[in-house]
Amino acid sequence: MSELMINQGVELRNSQLEIYHFRWRLAVATGFVILMFALLFVRFFYLQVVKYEHYHTLAEANRISIVPIVPNRGIIVDRNGVVLAHNYSAYTLEITPSKVENLTALIDDLTALIDISPKDRRRFTKLLEESRNFESLPIRTRLSDEEIARFAVNRYRFPGVEINARLFRQYPQGEMFSHVVGHIGRINQRDLEQLEADDRLSNYRGTAYLGKTGLEYSYERFLHGTTGVEEVEVDSAGRAVRSLSRTPPVSGNNLVLKLDAKLQEMVYRAFGDRRGALVAIEPETGGVLAFVSTPGFDPNLFVDGIDPQNWNELNTSLDRPMVNRALAGTYPPGSTFKPFMALAALFYGKRTPQQAISDPGQFIFGGHVFRDDKVGGHGLVDMFKSIVVSCDTYYYVLANDLGIDNISKFMAKIGFGSRTGIDIAGESAGVLPSQEWKMRRFKQKWYAGETISIGIGQGYNSYTPLQMASAIATLANDGVMFRPHIVNYVENITTAERKFIEPQPLRTLDLKPEHIAVVKNALVGVNKEGTGARAFAGAEYESAGKTGTSQVIAIKQGEKYVESRVQERHRDHALFIAYAPTDKPKIALAVVVENSGFGARAAAPIARQVFDYYLLGKQPARPAREDDSASAN
Amino acid sequence: MPLLIRRIARFFTAHLDGLLLGAVLLLMATGLIILYSASNAGMARMTSQVMNMLVALSVMWVFANIAPHYLMRLSLPLFVVGLALLIAVALFGDIVNGARRWLFIGFTRIQPSELMKIAVPLMLAWYFDRYEATLRLKNYLIAVVFLMVPVGLIARQPDLGTAVLIFSSGCFVLFLAGLAWRIIGGIVVAGLASLPFLWSVLHDYQQQRVLTLLDPAQDPLGSGYHTIQSTIAVGSGGLLGKGWMNGTQTHLDFIPERTTDFIFAVYSEEFGLFGNLILLVLFMLVIARGMVITANAPTLFTRLLAGAITLTFFTYAFVNMGMVSGILPVVGVPLPLISYGGTSLVSVCLGFGILMSIQTHKKLVQT
Repeated sequence: MSELMINQGVELRNSQLEIYHFRWRLAVATGFVILMFALLFVRFFYLQVVKYEHYHTLAEANRISIVPIVPNRGIIVDRNGVVLAHNYSAYTLEITPSKVENLTALIDDLTALIDISPKDRRRFTKLLEESRNFESLPIRTRLSDEEIARFAVNRYRFPGVEINARLFRQYPQGEMFSHVVGHIGRINQRDLEQLEADDRLSNYRGTAYLGKTGLEYSYERFLHGTTGVEEVEVDSAGRAVRSLSRTPPVSGNNLVLKLDAKLQEMVYRAFGDRRGALVAIEPETGGVLAFVSTPGFDPNLFVDGIDPQNWNELNTSLDRPMVNRALAGTYPPGSTFKPFMALAALFYGKRTPQQAISDPGQFIFGGHVFRDDKVGGHGLVDMFKSIVVSCDTYYYVLANDLGIDNISKFMAKIGFGSRTGIDIAGESAGVLPSQEWKMRRFKQKWYAGETISIGIGQGYNSYTPLQMASAIATLANDGVMFRPHIVNYVENITTAERKFIEPQPLRTLDLKPEHIAVVKNALVGVNKEGTGARAFAGAEYESAGKTGTSQVIAIKQGEKYVESRVQERHRDHALFIAYAPTDKPKIALAVVVENSGFGARAAAPIARQVFDYYLLGKQPARPAREDDSASAN
Repeated sequence: MPLLIRRIARFFTAHLDGLLLGAVLLLMATGLIILYSASNAGMARMTSQVMNMLVALSVMWVFANIAPHYLMRLSLPLFVVGLALLIAVALFGDIVNGARRWLFIGFTRIQPSELMKIAVPLMLAWYFDRYEATLRLKNYLIAVVFLMVPVGLIARQPDLGTAVLIFSSGCFVLFLAGLAWRIIGGIVVAGLASLPFLWSVLHDYQQQRVLTLLDPAQDPLGSGYHTIQSTIAVGSGGLLGKGWMNGTQTHLDFIPERTTDFIFAVYSEEFGLFGNLILLVLFMLVIARGMVITANAPTLFTRLLAGAITLTFFTYAFVNMGMVSGILPVVGVPLPLISYGGTSLVSVCLGFGILMSIQTHKKLVQT
């Protein structure tokens, strides 16, 4: 016991010191624990209070997925309600390439179940090259019920492949309206950049298509509608758990056109397999009644992306079906220019209607001989006769008297050489020659001799059929000018609200009514007793017109143009401008038939058919015949 | 009769520490509440966790009734067996998920590193106690060897979480045993200096975890995913949380391993900063009681052991919450008493049993 006591005493002393040291250490450790927990608390405070908004947003972004609901695209109908572009719902077979390892093998396997043609494959390959990442691409559209059932059974074998119900655009009228209505196509990288630049990209979430050409392009903002959104709560695997809110989409607006689909169809048939363009305008409104460029192409080919074979065919065809001749093709107006030259002469006081010249069949200027096509000339020619018989010499002399500056100033007022501003894109301005233009274009001064052939619509003159139609419509409307427009109004289908396009005249030309009357009277003469008389023989209404021929290749001085000697595609273009009826014009038009020689022969008969149909409801039996006995100009 | 009942009651409660038990039960209750939400009201998990808790509490009771000097005698053999098993694992262990942690011993598979969690502090406490009167630097060096051999073996398995926990428990023992301050300072400096070397020793995935901690966004769908999503869960909880069962990160499946290692993200999302504060306080209660027991422990062995157990518990909690809130790398450390899983519950409660034993056998030693 005593030993123990002693030991205890020794230990006690040591223990006291030890315990003191130990407790000091323990206190330090406790301090460390408190410090670390305080650190955690600071971290929690930072996350949950300071950065709360940030993490709250991130959690919401995790949780909420915004699913776009694509609006129905507006439809396009003609003035009588004939559908030119509409949507239909169909099932498509779609592949998400990023989810598929071996695309070729997969498509091979699919082909065993569903009919996938080589054309579908080519189209798909092209889409693949142009597509955005991670989007699903259609390989087959318009699946039959049977095909859907067959795929559904085998679905498990095809990860990354699905069937979707989608709205498709269809153009029931096919190629007849290809250059007016245009077509939509899949959104590509360039479209995306444009949409982003216009700040419209958010409205295209979920939309795969937009208008590429024609009205589909220029009225895209109206047709597309507003994309709706559905907020869906999703789990980490992206599965929708429940719907949180839904903003329905607003359908696009419908377009109601001025265009008359039956007239358009009639014109298209009147051309037959000839190439050319026709633009018909309602003079008192500027509304476009027919807008034909032939040949056309089937716009339905472009809706899901065109396959390379069709694309190549369209692009390499000598007939150039992709070119919108009415809008972007420019042609020398030939003699159809003469009525406007006559108006200019009256405007500037360079001629009176009665003033006559003696036509020797040629005009010599600066050593050059400018020929009239009638050997020996037309005799004594006043303004009326100059238009009716289409006398070149009268206009050679007139052009020289007016001078290039007056001509270009006057013609610019009528709209030649500048875009009409029609409501489809891609319009050409054409060429209205002037001193400034030549300096700009060729860095050369204007020679007085160049003015001479301008007078008969040749030389540098080059205008679109649309400009010519607009000019004759303005003349028919006594100088009150409208901007040509294809769309009558845009209709909001929910509010039935209509937004009319161009209801007001653009401007009124400062022409004297008596001057207009002189020229109009002469144009009536053309169809009664002049170059248009054969085409309009027996018409039950009074019409006014002017024939024209525009040279495709230059004829050497002193050489006579002989049609049979010239290769088909080097033959002259036939032109005709006209309006009817003369007391209150309902329709004015310009028609160009490529490589068909004289205007009177190929172009005037088409105009006759158009007027007969539009004014009288007469449906032509066959394409307008070429009048081989018609005389030149 | 009342006497009999009193005696029976006394048999069961004699070696329990009321304060510690109360705090532990509060944490367990919190754990069950949050597990209910984390498992989407999954009763299977709840039942299984309640069973785990009952087992863990039984183990606690058993160890509370084992007097510390029995444990002292067990220290060396337990350590030797544990070390032998670790070496066996390194040589013949089964590879699960790319790590060699498990050993098949005839009838079942065991994870010897779990045993070492208690064996290492026991061993070190025993060692220092044995040489208490003559402690020199040499003894500390030997203790470091005792510590680093198992830590090295476990880190090589690789099981960084367990290695870190055992390493820190050993460091606590060394610290509490009175390792001189200047040596601690020297080790810290040397440790910092050798960081590049340590870095090169780490496995690729371990390096990745550290890199991810520094910038989780560099690999948002890979190794950064856990940290990003759990940090979002914590941050979006805000001041008061989204409410029990209302955590969107939790219930829409954005938090990975949300019933186990990342259960704190669920808690934090649903109960917010306020809830976190309460949880920190509960942990602090347990630790504080552990500290009091440690401070009053009668022998060096019990002092060191109690201190190591208490501080290791703190390390568990700190590392887990730090990892979930994005200030520590992702290591597989569960939140003690809260995370789903029996192993961690049992080993933590075993420690608390020892703490209670130290506290309640004190008087017997003193008399």
